[in-house]
Amino acid sequence: MSEQLLFAAEVTLNGLMAGVLYALVALGFVLIFKASGIFNYAQGVMALFAAMTLVGVQQGQIPFSHLINAIFGTEIHHFPWHVPSIIAIIAAAGVMVGFAWIVERYILKHLVGQPDIILFMATIGLAYFMEGFGDLMWGSELKTLDVGLPQGLNETVLDATDKLFGYGFFLDNLDIVATLIAALLVAALTIFSQYSKQGRALRAVADDHSAALSVGISLRFIWVLVWSIAGFVALVAGIMWGAKSGVQFSLSLIALKALPVLMLGGFTSIPGAIIGGLIIGVGEQLFEFAIGPLIGGATQNWFAYVLALIFLVFRPQGLFGEKIIERV
Amino acid sequence: MFYREAGDFKTSYKDDNQTFPIRLDRAGYWVALAVAFLIIPFFVNDYWVNAVFAPFFIYAIAALGLNILTGYAGQVSLGTGGFMAVGAYACYKLMVAFPEVSIVFHVLIAGGITAVVGVAFGLPSLRIKGFYLAVATLASQFFLVWLFNKVPWFYNYSASGQINAPERSVLGVIVTGPNTDAWAKYLICLVFLVGLAWVARNLTRGMMGRKWMGIRDMDIAAEIIGVNPLMAKMTAFAASSFFVGVAGALFFSVYLGAAEAGESFGITKSFLILFMIIIGGLGSIFGSFAGAAFMVLMPVLLKNVLVGMMGWPTDLAAHLEFMIVGGLIVFFLIVEPHGLAQLWRLTKDKLRLWPFPH
Repeated sequence: MSEQLLFAAEVTLNGLMAGVLYALVALGFVLIFKASGIFNYAQGVMALFAAMTLVGVQQGQIPFSHLINAIFGTEIHHFPWHVPSIIAIIAAAGVMVGFAWIVERYILKHLVGQPDIILFMATIGLAYFMEGFGDLMWGSELKTLDVGLPQGLNETVLDATDKLFGYGFFLDNLDIVATLIAALLVAALTIFSQYSKQGRALRAVADDHSAALSVGISLRFIWVLVWSIAGFVALVAGIMWGAKSGVQFSLSLIALKALPVLMLGGFTSIPGAIIGGLIIGVGEQLFEFAIGPLIGGATQNWFAYVLALIFLVFRPQGLFGEKIIERV
Repeated sequence: MFYREAGDFKTSYKDDNQTFPIRLDRAGYWVALAVAFLIIPFFVNDYWVNAVFAPFFIYAIAALGLNILTGYAGQVSLGTGGFMAVGAYACYKLMVAFPEVSIVFHVLIAGGITAVVGVAFGLPSLRIKGFYLAVATLASQFFLVWLFNKVPWFYNYSASGQINAPERSVLGVIVTGPNTDAWAKYLICLVFLVGLAWVARNLTRGMMGRKWMGIRDMDIAAEIIGVNPLMAKMTAFAASSFFVGVAGALFFSVYLGAAEAGESFGITKSFLILFMIIIGGLGSIFGSFAGAAFMVLMPVLLKNVLVGMMGWPTDLAAHLEFMIVGGLIVFFLIVEPHGLAQLWRLTKDKLRLWPFPH
């Protein structure tokens, strides 16, 4: 095979890996949208907040230390201990569950029955609030996240492809792990929603709120549940992205990248989120590779949106979304 | 007691349909205009214009524009920052290419160019609705900013990639560039704001505005009673983009003086203006003003109180500002989804009866 083609294949493979990470964020969106009809803009900030909490707990940071120092003139920064990764992950997951409960209790409960767009804007407000809150709590400097995931170039793939094609593929270990974890997560979520009692209740709510209420399903519990699951997915996404590029504000911008994924796949479909993520991941890498140099590069910023926009003009509900039926 | 309809007889349809039906409101309107035009210009200094008045006026124009699209025509847009960038760069190219033409025309033509771009990006709204459209407008935001960063023609091949406003004057008074007087900056923004607010008010209460509102409330039903959705949506995008483009042109030429697309017109600007119209009130001219004033004044106030009076570091104050803005948006959506404009309306209703209970 020619050099150029092999290179394109490598780009595609890396695009697939990036796509998995997009899909991971998009998954959180889809879960909440299905269960409560809320388009949760705060998903990206949730991932950032979860990752910040994880790092903060792990390194024994004192929450709000900057604020305390500013008010009382003290000089405190860290507790004198380091927490093992696994306990820190559990603690961060616990914080996300608490967060889900607070969101349901203080925001969603009061907004039941409002138009969708109002709920959407409320989640934008929530995103801003959490952004400020997270920075105030843990500080806004760049943090490195290390929970013992393998990093760096994968030698096995390099050697194997080198023998096979005479050209070694560069794959990041972290990307491979992320793909495996994402696959596991999707499998676990599918099993949960298909076979467990709560999962069935969740699907019932997604199908029809009032019918679910009338057979005795507690809507509020389901909402807390689904926001907790979304918080957990956010934590996983936060760990992956955080390990890749550090925990900082730009992490929350992956939510913006997940939006075209959602549009492409359809807001209500879990497989749609995965496939949409892969298409966007591969598409933007290949586009940057093939056409980017001709028009100035950095096309990743907008390619996904324009692709989704063009796609939607022909299929307004996305690839796997439910057909939109409008009545007067 | 003083705020009442009694004794104010309307004898013609024109009287009946006026913007301020109550005498005290009308008086207040004229007094506000007189103060803004005849008194404040003599007292403003650089700090007040740069921190408060110029951003307030310019954001109010942008908020009016977005309110036309989102509040009146019901099409949510997250591309405002991108359209402001179109206005700014169009204005820059015009200012450089035709130095002998007055900047007033440059700003207005820049608005017109933005309107054309807005219509082009608004075309998909015929097929895409609701959230899908909101996300689709992000395409314009990111694409336009990328375009202005990557195509050197737009910034005249300057080494820094920035655009700098050359010095231009209106009626012999310098209004752009570093030598501008505070009052000139103030007045040019005010003139544009008052003119455009008048246009917006009359657009939205006329036939066009009614069509927009029909599309907003239910597009299929509106189509059945004879509103052409293509025309209604495209005019909404055009009018809205015109306002936003003018705001962008002023923001660059009069207020900033130098701009860089990604920094000055990024996605945060789109959200900022969206927040203005949510907090101010969707579908209300007064709401656009109130929201813009609120979002401009609150950070200034917070900064003065936290940094100036309590001695906090600036970054802490910025984080707290984020929290307060986010919290307020959620609070407003829960307590009063129609924003400050609705509170104002309720206050006026109460005032009509005061001090009597019925």
